[in-house]
Amino acid sequence: MINLFLVIVLFAIIAILFINTKGKGLIALAAVILNSLLSSVIAIQALHGHSFEHILTGTIPFGVLPIKIDALSAWFILTINFTVITGAIYGLNYMRPYIAQKSNITMHCIAFILVHAALIGICSVQNGMVFVLLWEIMALSAFILVIFEYYKQETLKAGINYLVQSHISIVFLMLGFIYVAYKTNSYDFNAIADFSKQQSTLAGTVLFLFFFIGFAIKAGFVPFHTWLPYAHPAAPAHISGVMSGVIIKIGIYGILRMLLLIKADYTTIGVIILFISIFSGVYGVMLAIIQHNLKRLLAYHSIENIGIIGIGIGIGCIGLGTTNKWLAILGFSGALLHTLNHSLFKSLLFYCAGNVYRATGIMNVERLGGLIKKMPHTALLFLMASMAICGLPPLNGFISEFLIYGGLYNWLFSAGLVSLIIAIFSILGLVMIGGLAIFCFTKAFGIVFLGHPRYKDTAGIQELNFLQLLPMYMIAALMLCIGLFPLVFIRLLQQPVNLFTHLTIFNLNLMRIGAIDSLEVIVWLSAGFIVLILAIAVLRKLINRKKAIETSPTWRCAYKTDSTNLQYTANSYVRTYTKLVKPLLDIEKKEIEITEVFPSGKHYATHPYDKIERIFVDKPLKMIKVITSSFLFLNNGRLQQYILYGIIFIASVLCIPLFIDKILIFLKFLNHL
Amino acid sequence: MLITSLFFTGVIIRTKSIASGRKGPGIMQPVKDVIRLFKKGSVYSETTSFVFQIAPIVYFSSVLMALLVIPFGSTRGIISFDGDFIFFAYLLALGKFFNIIAAMDTGSSFEGMGASREALYSMLAEPAFFILMGSFALLTGHTSFYDIFYNLHLGSSITYALGVMATFVLIMIAMIENSRMPIDDPKTHLELTMVHEVMILDNSGFDLGLILSAGYLKFAMYGAIIANFFIGGLPLLIALVVFFLIQILFAIIAGLVESFMARFRMSHNSQFIFALSSVSLLIFLGVLLVLGKFA
Repeated sequence: MINLFLVIVLFAIIAILFINTKGKGLIALAAVILNSLLSSVIAIQALHGHSFEHILTGTIPFGVLPIKIDALSAWFILTINFTVITGAIYGLNYMRPYIAQKSNITMHCIAFILVHAALIGICSVQNGMVFVLLWEIMALSAFILVIFEYYKQETLKAGINYLVQSHISIVFLMLGFIYVAYKTNSYDFNAIADFSKQQSTLAGTVLFLFFFIGFAIKAGFVPFHTWLPYAHPAAPAHISGVMSGVIIKIGIYGILRMLLLIKADYTTIGVIILFISIFSGVYGVMLAIIQHNLKRLLAYHSIENIGIIGIGIGIGCIGLGTTNKWLAILGFSGALLHTLNHSLFKSLLFYCAGNVYRATGIMNVERLGGLIKKMPHTALLFLMASMAICGLPPLNGFISEFLIYGGLYNWLFSAGLVSLIIAIFSILGLVMIGGLAIFCFTKAFGIVFLGHPRYKDTAGIQELNFLQLLPMYMIAALMLCIGLFPLVFIRLLQQPVNLFTHLTIFNLNLMRIGAIDSLEVIVWLSAGFIVLILAIAVLRKLINRKKAIETSPTWRCAYKTDSTNLQYTANSYVRTYTKLVKPLLDIEKKEIEITEVFPSGKHYATHPYDKIERIFVDKPLKMIKVITSSFLFLNNGRLQQYILYGIIFIASVLCIPLFIDKILIFLKFLNHL
Repeated sequence: MLITSLFFTGVIIRTKSIASGRKGPGIMQPVKDVIRLFKKGSVYSETTSFVFQIAPIVYFSSVLMALLVIPFGSTRGIISFDGDFIFFAYLLALGKFFNIIAAMDTGSSFEGMGASREALYSMLAEPAFFILMGSFALLTGHTSFYDIFYNLHLGSSITYALGVMATFVLIMIAMIENSRMPIDDPKTHLELTMVHEVMILDNSGFDLGLILSAGYLKFAMYGAIIANFFIGGLPLLIALVVFFLIQILFAIIAGLVESFMARFRMSHNSQFIFALSSVSLLIFLGVLLVLGKFA
C-alpha cells in the first residue's frame, strides 16, 4: 500500500515534467485522486475501529519507521482528501488563463501532489524526525503554491512571510522532538508517550505547550496568526481553499496528536487553549468585519473558526482533567466536526471568491455588487456557505457549534466558581463570534452579490462553466448532508473521540446532558423548517396567481436619477461598528475635510491594520533591525576583509578547543597543587 | 399564543392612542391590515433577486418554528429538548440574516442603513439572552425552555431581584428584537431614523403581510417567555388566565413606554444594548450567590 502510494507520487511527478501543459493538471488530478482512494480505504477501516499499522524497516537515516493510521488520523485524512480533490478539480479550470506559463504550472502541479502526499504522511507517521521532514516538505510546497504569481510583489512578500513563520513553527517542533530524543534516544512517538509518563505532569504540560506553540503557528491561533491574512489572499483561489481548509487544520491535528501522546495536566492545558481560542475567535472576526479585500476577510474568518475548534478542544481537555465524560465527548466531537465543517464551507467560500475574481478581476468588495444577476450559481453557493459559517440551521456549521454550546452549558453544572466564570465568558465569546460572523457575512454577501453593480464595464462578466461549479456543488451537498443527517457523522466520530476519552477514567454517575440526543430532534425540526418554507412559497404562488405582480425601481425617496452611487457601501455598513470598536483595533483613516463653500472633491479611505501584528511582529522586528544595524560596519563590501573574517573563523574553530584543552590541563595542574 | 399574537400589537397601538388622547383603531386592526395585504398584489424592485423573494418566507417560517419550542406554563412546548433555546436563538438569527440581505438586495441607501443597524443591534443583544439563559440553566440544572421554567421557583429575596432583572432584560430584548421604542420608533416618518421599518420599504402585498405577522408573532412570543417566568408551576387553568393577563400587561407596558419615552440617539443605542449584557452578568452573579458558590 505504502509503496504504491509513493510510486504514484514519484511517477506523477516524473510524468508532469514530460507532458504538455494541458496534461499536467490532469495528471496532478489523477495522482491526487488515486492517492486519496488508497488512503481513504485505509482511513475508513480505521474509522470503524481497525487501525492500520505497518513498520517500514531499514529506511536509511531513520532506522525503523512505524506507520499507523488510527481513527484520529483517519478523520483528518478523509477531510484532507475531500478538500484536496475538490481543490484539484477547481484548480484545473481556474488555472486555465495561466496556461502559457509552462514551467510555473509544472512547479505548481508537482507542489500540489507533494502537499497532498505530505499531509497524509504527517497524519500517519509515528516518528518525530520523519514528521518534521514531512512538515518541511509540506511547508515548502505550500510556499511554492502560494507564490504562483511570483511576479507580483505583494504575492512574493506574503509568500516569504509565510515561509519564515512556518520555519519558526518547525523550530519549535524540532526542539520539542530533539529534547525528547535527547532524553530517550528515540524519535518514536511511543517514546514521547513513555517519556511523559515517567516525568511529572508539570514537565508534560510544559512539553505540550512547546509543541502547542509550534502547531499554533500553523493553525493560526492569535497571536501566531500574522502570516495567514497575507498568504491566503496572495495564493490562487484553489490554493487558498486548500490552505484554509486543510493545511491549517494539520496544526489542529498536531495539537490533538500531542494531546494523545503527552500525559499532562489536562485542566491547565484546557484553560490555556480555551483562553487563546476565545481570543482568536473574537479577534479574528472583529478584524474580518473591517476588511475590504474579500479573500483577506475570509482569511480572518479562518482564524475565527480555528478559535471555535480550539474552544471545542479546550473544553474537551477540561472534561478530561475534571473527569467529566460528557464534557470531553461534546468538546472533542464538536472540535473534530467543526474541523470538517470549516474545511468544507471555507474552501467553498474561497472557490466562490475565485469565481468572482475570475469574472471581474476585482477583490475589493467596495467595487463589486449586483453579481447575483450575472452569477446566480456562485451567489447561491456563497449564500449557503455564509449561512454555514455563521452557524445557522439547517446547515452543518450549526451542528458543530451546537455541540460546543452543549459542552459549555454542560460545564456550568459541574464547575466550581472560577471555572463557572470562565464558562460564562466562553459562552459570551462564542455568542459574540456568532453574532459578529452574521454581521460580517451579511456585509460580504450583500455588498458583493446584491444591489447595483459598482464596477464600470459589466459586459464580460458571466457565470463560469459547469466543471468549475461541480466541485463547489459537491461541497454544498456534503454540507447539507451534515446539516440534515448529523447523527451519521457523529457516529463516525465515535472512534476518534474514544481515543481521547480513554485517556482518563471517568466518574460514571454524572448527569447526562443530551446535546447529542437533541440533535435527533433538531434533524426533524430542520427538515420541517425546509418543508414549511416550501409550503409557504407554494401558498404564495397560489394566492398571487391571479394578482398583478409588477416590477419597478427601488424606492428612492423621490430621487430621480440613477441611484447606483447612493448605495450603501461596505464601509458605511460597518461604520457604527467601527466607531464602537475603534479603541481595540488599528484603522488608518485618510480623509480630506470639506473646507470651502464649493468643495472640489472629497476623498475618504480607510486601511485596517492588525494591532497584534504591530505589537508582536513589527515592533520586535524593528528592534532587531536597530541592534543588527549597529554591526553594519562589518559588512563593508571589501573582499579582503571578508577573507579575514573567514580566517579568523577557521582559526578560532581550530584554536578554541585546543585552548580549552590547555586551560583544562592547567586547571588540573592547579588542582594537583 | 397564536391567539395573543392576534391582538397584541393592537393593544399596544390602542394604549398609545389612549395615552395621547385619541380614540385609536380597534385592537384587531393589525390583523385586518395583514388580511388586506394578503389580498393585494405585489411590486418587486427590478434590482432585486431571488433572495428578496424568499427572505420574507424564511423570516416567517423561522419565527413559526421558534414558536414550537416555547412552553406554556406546565405544558411543554410542542417540541422540547436540551439546548432548545440555542436552536431558538439561531433560528431567529437565520430569519434576521435573510431580512438583512433582502434589504441589501434592493440596493437602496436607506435599506442598507437599516440593515446595518439591525445587524449590529441584534448582534449586541444576543449575548444578553445567552447569559440569561445560562444563568437560569445553572440555577435549575436544565437546559431546555420547558425544564428551566418548570423548575424555576422564585423563593428568597435574591431570586425575586433576579426575576425582576431578568424580566427587565427580556422586555428590553423583546423591544430590540421587535424594533420598538426606545431602540427604534416604528411610527417615525423619517427613513433616516428608522431601523426595522426602513428595511422593508420595498416589500409589498403578501410578503409584507408575512413580515408583519411574523413581527406580531415574535412580540407575542417574547411576551410568552416573560409570562412563563411566573406561571411555571401553576395549574393549567389559572396559568391560562395569568398568561393572558401578563401578555396584555406586557403589551400595555410596551405601549406606555412608547408613548412617554423618546427614542434613544442612534449612536447611544449600541451602548445601551451592550449594557443589557452587563445586567445579564449581574443576574449570573446573583445565581452564583443563590447557589452558594462563593462560600
